[in-house]
Amino acid sequence: MAQTMSGARILMECLQREGVEVIFGYPGGVTLPLYDAMYEGEIRHILVRHEENACFMASGYARATGKVGVACATSGPGATNLTTGLVDCMMDSIPVVALTGQVSSKLIGSDAFQEADTFGITRSATKHNYLVKDIRDLAAVIHEAFYIASSGRPGPVLVDITKDVLQGQAHYAPVHAIHLPGYKLVTEGHAGQIRRAAQMMWEASRPFVYAGGGIIASGAHEELRELVETLDAPAVLTLMGLGALPAEHPNFISMPGMHGSYAANMGMYECDLLIALGVRFDDRVTGRLASFAPHAKVIHVDIDPAEIGKNRAADLPIVGDAKKVLSRIVKSLKEAAPQMRPLREQDRREWWQQIRAWKEEHPLKPVFSADEIKPQHLMVEIDRLCGGDAIVSVDVGQHQMWAAQFIRFNRPRTWLSSSGLGSMGFGLPAAIGAQVAHPDALVVAVVGDGGFQMAMPEISTMANQGLPVKVVIMNNGYLGMVRQWQDLFYQNRLSAVQIEAFPNIEKLADAYGIKGRIVDKPAELRSALEDAFRHPGPVLLDVRVSPFENVYPMVPAGAAINEMVLAPPKPVEVPA
Amino acid sequence: MLMTISLLMENKPGALMRVTGLLSQRGYNIESLTVSRTLDPTLSRMTICVDVEPRLRPLLIKQMNRLVNVLQAHDLTEAPAVIREMVLVHVRVSQENRTAILKEAEIFGARVVDSSVGGFALEASGDPEKLEEFIAVMQTYGEIEVTRSGLVAVSLEPRKLKLAPPIPKAHSESEPAHTR
Ligand SMILES: Cc1ncc(C[n+]2csc(CCOP(=O)(O)OP(=O)(O)O)c2C)c(N)n1
Ligand SMILES: [Mg+2]
Repeated sequence: MAQTMSGARILMECLQREGVEVIFGYPGGVTLPLYDAMYEGEIRHILVRHEENACFMASGYARATGKVGVACATSGPGATNLTTGLVDCMMDSIPVVALTGQVSSKLIGSDAFQEADTFGITRSATKHNYLVKDIRDLAAVIHEAFYIASSGRPGPVLVDITKDVLQGQAHYAPVHAIHLPGYKLVTEGHAGQIRRAAQMMWEASRPFVYAGGGIIASGAHEELRELVETLDAPAVLTLMGLGALPAEHPNFISMPGMHGSYAANMGMYECDLLIALGVRFDDRVTGRLASFAPHAKVIHVDIDPAEIGKNRAADLPIVGDAKKVLSRIVKSLKEAAPQMRPLREQDRREWWQQIRAWKEEHPLKPVFSADEIKPQHLMVEIDRLCGGDAIVSVDVGQHQMWAAQFIRFNRPRTWLSSSGLGSMGFGLPAAIGAQVAHPDALVVAVVGDGGFQMAMPEISTMANQGLPVKVVIMNNGYLGMVRQWQDLFYQNRLSAVQIEAFPNIEKLADAYGIKGRIVDKPAELRSALEDAFRHPGPVLLDVRVSPFENVYPMVPAGAAINEMVLAPPKPVEVPA
Repeated sequence: MLMTISLLMENKPGALMRVTGLLSQRGYNIESLTVSRTLDPTLSRMTICVDVEPRLRPLLIKQMNRLVNVLQAHDLTEAPAVIREMVLVHVRVSQENRTAILKEAEIFGARVVDSSVGGFALEASGDPEKLEEFIAVMQTYGEIEVTRSGLVAVSLEPRKLKLAPPIPKAHSESEPAHTR
């Protein structure tokens, strides 16, 4: 039944129909009508302290739940502040809908106060975007936005709405169907290709599973486990894929790539069948492409046809939803199982022996010291306390890589990392978004002393909302990852990487009325973390770690993945 | 190498920007681009001529097909297709070369669309390479001004247009369509 209501009201109706529980936003002039419609409080609104963080929170919420995160900002600066968060979602395929206000349609193009070309600016920052200038389009556009954001390969969608649309009145009737004739999704996977994939898997001597964020986006973690077990293949998970297989699973090796383990990278290098599932052959994984997995045939499963063959040609491409495709491959493998033994049982046994040998030769080994807290020690302690079950969000830098190496994840959607964009300032707001989604979960933000300071305004949001996020700052006094590259590739000429005047965290926490503590003794680390994690409210923990530790192994940029540098080069012996 | 792309897309604000943005984002230079309505006024047909490494052509087509407003994109570079362009040439003439120019124009099937004491405006259409020759010949008569339309192309292969069906909007509020 049609009713007359304001554009802002229509928007609220649509959001409710989409099941939106929370909006992360910041108001302004042109969104006044929208904020007035929110006054009734049907949908929870979380007032952030900077719009970029609204998008990161929506991203954290979406990463931790699989539901669409919603961010909201006003026109001009509000909208431009969102863009980093949008690109982050774009790079990691995270479903977020961003709502922005725009100046009235009559003023567009006149350089009106707080006018920005949001539609143009966010064209390449989104999977799709809209400018709504006619109230009659609003309801359909909102539902389209949610559908596009969450279906196929997920991604961010921005809807820019003019103030006159928000203010205007129109008949509203619920939308029954949306029409997107050009938005064709291939989810099923080609039956013949699936059969051939199973065949290739049976025939391989050295199969190797390389799985990523697509598994998590598709909810295919069970299917992945079944595949890995049915095939008894070793598996690596990319930075986006951690948690897609339980870390304790015997077939799981580690993360591959620039800071992946020796076994993971050697496995990729030596395999004869690379089973790539929901991954995009990112340069941080492949190293020099020309020498990536040189002996392997590649099966590539992805829902986005444009990913297939982008960086590495696929011998067997399958376009489809990972959950559907994997369950069919597993079925195909199991049906064939009674008649078929792996053709090359002996090869397989040797393959596993080789993988185990690599693991033992160069395991990911944490470093400890009695005098100072080593960054790896910090991660091992966090891991011990989380037991694979907490939600851990990270920022970008050395701490992110050590966290990925040493913290184990047993479930999908518990590891939140700005992986593709690598945007500093992500860790804290993403943790806030996840904590909003899971109020009772243990949510830990592991951040660097640099990235933490990019997100500091949100301490206020966290304190204000009483969100019990545990913020663990791995404080090395440096923009550590950049320092590492200056150390290794620029003769240690440290330029603009030292972070001076880091605030006193105890006083800072006190200023916000939350708990804060500085830890600098290895002996105190465990109890300090335990206390923090047990505390019912938000905590800031400043953990002083040794400043000059570098992340290893490391595949230098441009090198092949079998050319890892495993440990710091030995100091040159100076003759007496 | 030049690539010819034919694209059918929704006639919506911003649709053109998405296509050109996709190209400029990758640093590709557009040689020519034409766009206009089709029989169905809600759709536009675009012909793009762009410099792309041959090995990247299939990827570019997939990336274009990924755009929500694009119904169909295909590569006509090596496919059976008719590709045409139109050119308008203004050539300054003198009493002496008037007839020679008209003869030359006739050979190329060009029409005189304006004539004055000082010069001719000539219209020619056809194969782009043929037009290059025409322009080169006209240049031998002195300074000319040239405006080219850019390529328009029609594929000679029957192609089924596959469209996504309408998506019903779930009614229950507890179970939004996007939850998996
Ligand atoms: C917004 C942004 N600016 C710059 C960078 C480049 N960058 C990558 S890692 C890094 C250092 C981060 O330092 P810190 O947060 O202290 O973490 P650490 O590496 O010391 O663990 C920088 C500057 C980035 N990733 N993001
Ligand atoms: Mg640091």
